[in-house]
Amino acid sequence: MSVLKNSISRGGGVRLSQYLSSPTTKLAPFQRLYSSTPTSARLNIPTDFSTTPILHHSSQSALSNHELPPEIRNGTTKRMNLFQSVNDALSLALAADESVILFGEDVAFGGVFRCSMGLAERFGSERVFNTPLSEQGLVGFGIGAAAEGMKAVAEIQFADYVYPAFDQLVNEAAKWRYRDGAEGRHVGGLTVRMPCGGVGHGALYHSQSPESLFTHIPGLRVIMPRSPIQAKGLLLSAIASNDPCIFMEPKALYRASVEQVPVGHYTLPLSKAEILNPGTDLTIISYGHPLYTCSAAIAKAEQDLGISIELIDLRTVYPWDKETVLESVRKTGRCVVVHESMVNAGIGAEVAASIQEDKETFLRLEAPVMRVAGWSVHMALMFERFNIPDVARVYDAIKKAVEY
Amino acid sequence: MKLPLRLARTTMRWAILRTTHHRFSSSLSQKPGAAGIRFPGAVNSQFTNSLTFEHPSTYPALPTYRCVDQDGSIVDKSFSPPADSLALEMYDNMLCVSIMDVIMFEAQRQGRLSFYMTGQGEEGTCVGSASALEKEDVIFCQYREAGVFTQRGFTFDDFMSQLFANKKDSGRGRNMPVHYGSKALNIHTISSPLATQIPQASGAAYALKMQRLTDPNIPPRVVACYFGEGAASEGDFHAALNIAATRSCPVIFICRNNGYAISTPTLEQYRGDGIASRGTGYGIDTIRVDGNDIFAVREVTKRARELALKDGGRPVLIEAMSYRISHHSTSDDSFAYRARIEVEDWKRRDNPITRLRKYLEKKGVWNEEKESAARSRIRKEVLKAFAEAEKEKKPAMRSMFEDIYEDLTPELKSQMSELKGIIERYPNEYDVSEFEGGKESLKP
Repeated sequence: MSVLKNSISRGGGVRLSQYLSSPTTKLAPFQRLYSSTPTSARLNIPTDFSTTPILHHSSQSALSNHELPPEIRNGTTKRMNLFQSVNDALSLALAADESVILFGEDVAFGGVFRCSMGLAERFGSERVFNTPLSEQGLVGFGIGAAAEGMKAVAEIQFADYVYPAFDQLVNEAAKWRYRDGAEGRHVGGLTVRMPCGGVGHGALYHSQSPESLFTHIPGLRVIMPRSPIQAKGLLLSAIASNDPCIFMEPKALYRASVEQVPVGHYTLPLSKAEILNPGTDLTIISYGHPLYTCSAAIAKAEQDLGISIELIDLRTVYPWDKETVLESVRKTGRCVVVHESMVNAGIGAEVAASIQEDKETFLRLEAPVMRVAGWSVHMALMFERFNIPDVARVYDAIKKAVEY
Repeated sequence: MKLPLRLARTTMRWAILRTTHHRFSSSLSQKPGAAGIRFPGAVNSQFTNSLTFEHPSTYPALPTYRCVDQDGSIVDKSFSPPADSLALEMYDNMLCVSIMDVIMFEAQRQGRLSFYMTGQGEEGTCVGSASALEKEDVIFCQYREAGVFTQRGFTFDDFMSQLFANKKDSGRGRNMPVHYGSKALNIHTISSPLATQIPQASGAAYALKMQRLTDPNIPPRVVACYFGEGAASEGDFHAALNIAATRSCPVIFICRNNGYAISTPTLEQYRGDGIASRGTGYGIDTIRVDGNDIFAVREVTKRARELALKDGGRPVLIEAMSYRISHHSTSDDSFAYRARIEVEDWKRRDNPITRLRKYLEKKGVWNEEKESAARSRIRKEVLKAFAEAEKEKKPAMRSMFEDIYEDLTPELKSQMSELKGIIERYPNEYDVSEFEGGKESLKP
């Protein structure tokens, strides 16, 4: 049972054995090629997505969110995983505004992660379409369409493949409004979606989280949701936003995270962090997939150490909600930042520097700000579980911060 | 380039199921005695028993269309020249650009502006093509297209405000000189990275097409996109032409092939038959034109526009051949890599301004007297705009922080007051008097 859960949590239920056919040899017992944890583990237990407090398992809790407009809160919910909620958001955006177009590699048949399923059939091949396999081309195309007033939603198949489009994003999309000045044109209609993060066996080019490369670019908004409810609300905000947005979808959550998602069109605020779990002794700041790890580590640490921990989800990593973070750390005096991507010059570096830079917060610090993040290495196939922050590493940082 | 990793088994199955009924061509097998299989990647290819590589040298170079020769005589008998009034207007616009170029190049040499790029030798390509477009058509430029701006109505005041980055500069003092832009004239603001505008032009053209599909009251519009032959080596060129063809975008790609990309001659830029030979490879209607023949450029662009709007839209590629008479920019001395005599030769032997002048003189609508009057009038106009623009204040300092996002973020507001504080604490270190409103504009 635990082995099965294991494969679902990080691996999204994938078995590489499907690619292997060996008619003569029987591979028994089958050796797993992706991350797994020992049965003795107390901390590094795979996330049970059916019980995690990060997700809204009941309709009532999903609708209790005060950020939702009243008509949505009085409405109903539907159980969705993250790819279904992305699909729902795209579908609502396409239905609401004729200027919305959706394109990328293999988007027309539904996308390799099923996010655009049924949309070409419903909205027509003029609005939902495949592009040639060229990231610089499709992002440039999106920028041009947005410059002429379209809401262009471009998909990069994996965040790992966004680099050919880097020039278009950095030099063009981000600077369009600035260089056009009083002429007032902009490419705010552009949203670039991309699956990101570890998935158990993605190795070097199906695992990356390049968000901090984008947070160094003025002009872009960089967003990463943690759950289906967020994916829908934040994606609809990104599409509606008059600034170009990079929308990063943690691919490991596409199927794994399932919750009750409010029905209908709603948005969630950009550049606004969310306090997931109030606490008084320590603040953990994270975003995207590691929030599940943090939540598990918090449960164990609170139990073991008798402390109360505040968990903050940044949601938008740039421009980010510094005020909410500083306010929390002023209250708790201790802070741990957790993210999947490399520690060096990552989001944690900016958060930690901002905390020590703020006089009032600096004076309240009772321990150094700690970072739990990917090591300064590439994502190696066999070593993913030692690279992505796990519960033990977050737990350890909490312990060190409290015992400092 | 990438591994098409399917991350879920069900996805994989779905993919196969879903695509089977889309496979029109690939599911056909070879019929007995057929001359070829309809491979999905090339449905009309016939089999051959002869093992032969296609060699570029066996194909003749694409011809260069011209309708007026170097003496100003019409050589295409089927061509009907534009009305004299239009021809004179185009001539005047070419003169305006070329005179402004000389004055501004000198001004940069005197240190009165930071940078300049002239377009000598390419006035015909720019003015001629722009004259064939409608004012609603959207234009993307590279940077050597002042003639396009002039033809569409950009004034000397507009040029000078941008060049001096003063408070009337619509770019709010942010861009290097010659990075012009105008919403009213439907020309997107120029950016320095080469070729980035080419796929953007494809996307913009797709937007125009979609908007007309949604609202048939919108007039049919095309996008025109200019770039040099050097920029055509960038990946963005490839991406742009390919996506424009697959999405049937009404866009006219206009390549200014002037022989050089800074110091790099075309022999080191490509080995094919120029840029035009690539067009057909992408499935794009293509033509090569004599860029020194402004009538030919105009005629070709006019036809390209009609073609681009046909059958729901399609891209067209025009390669306009010319010679870059000017240095690449004020930061370049081109005699370091090409002979002065070569440049002088082109200047004398063939250039778009003298060719149109010969035509106009033959028709008896232009002469030496009109020429010198026009030259002195234009010179005066340029110098007047120059002097006024130079005197004007610089944009307010807060413009440095604005327009990064739609609204100022808390971070930007705080940085704005931080800068103001620095200037207040170290007043002797900064002269902010030339900026509209001084440091006070930095109040968040």
